[in-house]
Amino acid sequence: MTTELFIQYLLAGITYGSIYAIVAIGFNIIYNTTGIINFAQGEFVMFGGMIAISLLQFMPLPLAILLAVVLTMLIGALIEICFIRWLKSPSVLRMIIITIGISILSREVAVHVWGESIRSLPYFVGNEITSIPILGARISPQVLWVVAVSGLMVVCLGVFFKTTSVGREMRACASNRKAATLCGINAENMVTLSFVLSAGIGALAGCVMSPITYSQYDMGTGLAIKGFTVAILGGLGSSGGAVAAGLLLGIIEAFSVSVVPLAFQDAISISILLIILFVRPQGLFGSKEAAGLKEF
Amino acid sequence: MVLPPYSIERGEKMKKIASKILMAMLAVSFFAVPAAWAENIKVGAILAVTGGASFLGGPEARSLEMLVEEVNNNGGINGNKIELIIKDSAASPEKAISFAKQLIEEEKVLAIIGPSTSGETMKIKNICEQAKTPLLSCGAAEVIVNPVAAYVFKTPQKDSFAVKKIFMEMNKMGISKIAVLAGNTGFGKAGKGQLLKIAPEFGIEVVEVEVYDKKSNDLSAVVAKIKANKDVQAVINWSIVPAQAIVAKNMRQAGWDVPLFQSHGFGNIKYVEAAGAAAEGIIFPAGRLLIADSLPADNPQKALLMAYKKNYEAKFNEPASTFGGHAYDAFTILMAAVAEAGNDRDKVRTAIEGLKNFAGTGGVFNFSAEDHNGLGIEAFQMMIVKDGKFVAYTGK
Repeated sequence: MTTELFIQYLLAGITYGSIYAIVAIGFNIIYNTTGIINFAQGEFVMFGGMIAISLLQFMPLPLAILLAVVLTMLIGALIEICFIRWLKSPSVLRMIIITIGISILSREVAVHVWGESIRSLPYFVGNEITSIPILGARISPQVLWVVAVSGLMVVCLGVFFKTTSVGREMRACASNRKAATLCGINAENMVTLSFVLSAGIGALAGCVMSPITYSQYDMGTGLAIKGFTVAILGGLGSSGGAVAAGLLLGIIEAFSVSVVPLAFQDAISISILLIILFVRPQGLFGSKEAAGLKEF
Repeated sequence: MVLPPYSIERGEKMKKIASKILMAMLAVSFFAVPAAWAENIKVGAILAVTGGASFLGGPEARSLEMLVEEVNNNGGINGNKIELIIKDSAASPEKAISFAKQLIEEEKVLAIIGPSTSGETMKIKNICEQAKTPLLSCGAAEVIVNPVAAYVFKTPQKDSFAVKKIFMEMNKMGISKIAVLAGNTGFGKAGKGQLLKIAPEFGIEVVEVEVYDKKSNDLSAVVAKIKANKDVQAVINWSIVPAQAIVAKNMRQAGWDVPLFQSHGFGNIKYVEAAGAAAEGIIFPAGRLLIADSLPADNPQKALLMAYKKNYEAKFNEPASTFGGHAYDAFTILMAAVAEAGNDRDKVRTAIEGLKNFAGTGGVFNFSAEDHNGLGIEAFQMMIVKDGKFVAYTGK
């Protein structure tokens, strides 16, 4: 393998990996507060991209993205208030089933609003054929946007959860909801906030990746599966872990193409997931004690 | 092909009937809707309106709704109202099977239009054959009508003709070593098979073959792999799913500028929009709907192509695609047969086999007992993407 080809695979891996990671981060936020996996996370990504594309007709790109993120946050809040909040001491399983239902419902809404055709935002810099040479290989500038945005998200979330009081309250709810309530934290609001936050992150992800992957009403499912794989791989709840695991999985997938036909790509990533679950159930970067305390 | 004399005669007759239907459709204001219909003719349709093949099923369902409305507003077929029952299979073969049984046994439809995909069609081919219900598939793969099943027809052009069209062009350009990329759908698999089978006939060697998932997000790794093979002079990307536009983007982003050929599954201007600047210069074979405006006035398809395009685009505010055209063809063929044979499955089947010189969106159909597709290689026109539009490709 030449150096050029090696770097080209690496860059392809980074492209896949950063897309997976950016979706996985959204899973982690809701998991961190509620202990559940929100299977409608992929739909937040879809809503973000689709709303931004629709808004683009009326306003410049940055404004359209900003507004799309805000609107998707509202959708996230609405979903939590309508479907989750009124449940009295729900079981984890019940909440997961509800999120699957929400995901199906969201797809149906989207197909009626936007139809079944694919759309995409324009490239933020350059166009479909622009590429930046890196050591003889080439990469689309949009990939750098995805990498930068997911990096920025991890840093901001880390700061938010560790240093702000709201962030700490959200983490308290995740560790022990009853104890957090006794300390005067409004646990219900924290759950709503986590849905708002992860909807916003999903929407932003949907906007930055749209030029690369396109947006379509049913794009959420596929992304959610890969994002979920990465979230588990990195250790549920850890944003840094999600990025590391995302890049790892992406790079493995990219290099796997050089040895086996492309058709086996998904089989390889799922095999890795299974191996990790057998050997390190808490994920690559999760702590065993923390995983032991969780219901799920 | 040698035709028995009577079929030529009947062909003329069918042509007249077809033109009568067209007249009836056009003369909207002259005929009032009859107060009472003589009979309801039930036509079933199984289309992937949602799901992974919705880019096919959506335009197909909309085309059918538009046509049924037109026919019924113009007094139906021989005073009979056409009742259309569309079932959304979401491209799932299991659903297609149960809908086919439901339409045949419960709704007792005269015929079924669809399914949208080749995979689904192959699953219900035998069901329709055993129930003696005509099936007019919008699936493109050749296996649907080869071997011929008495009750199964298809309207999209044969993929082997598309393959030959591409290889003929490659011979002219002096290309002999190629890479093949295909989507993992029924259409992609069938096309890949045809490409590999026919390539030696044209002295073309396929040096790389890869299959990609229909839900792929990015294909830069596989493009890098093929690009590393310096023998590759051109790439054929055979797919009908949106991911095909990603191949074009990733190739051009990698700075790789070999000629890119696509299949007739590229015949939707939305794919060009999706690939943007990367779509420039893509060469592919397709039906003439995409270049209807620039056809000469004496082309037998011109009038109906222009009318379909105009009506569809005015009604649904989106560009017409060749996919919707497949459903248009299936419906007009069925109506021509019904006009002749009435509400009878067997007679309608025989009438379809007798259709000659029937102009549709996909080409001029000449059905026979041996040919249940009815289109020749001339139904395809090589096209190229230029300034974000489809134009006829005339070679270099």
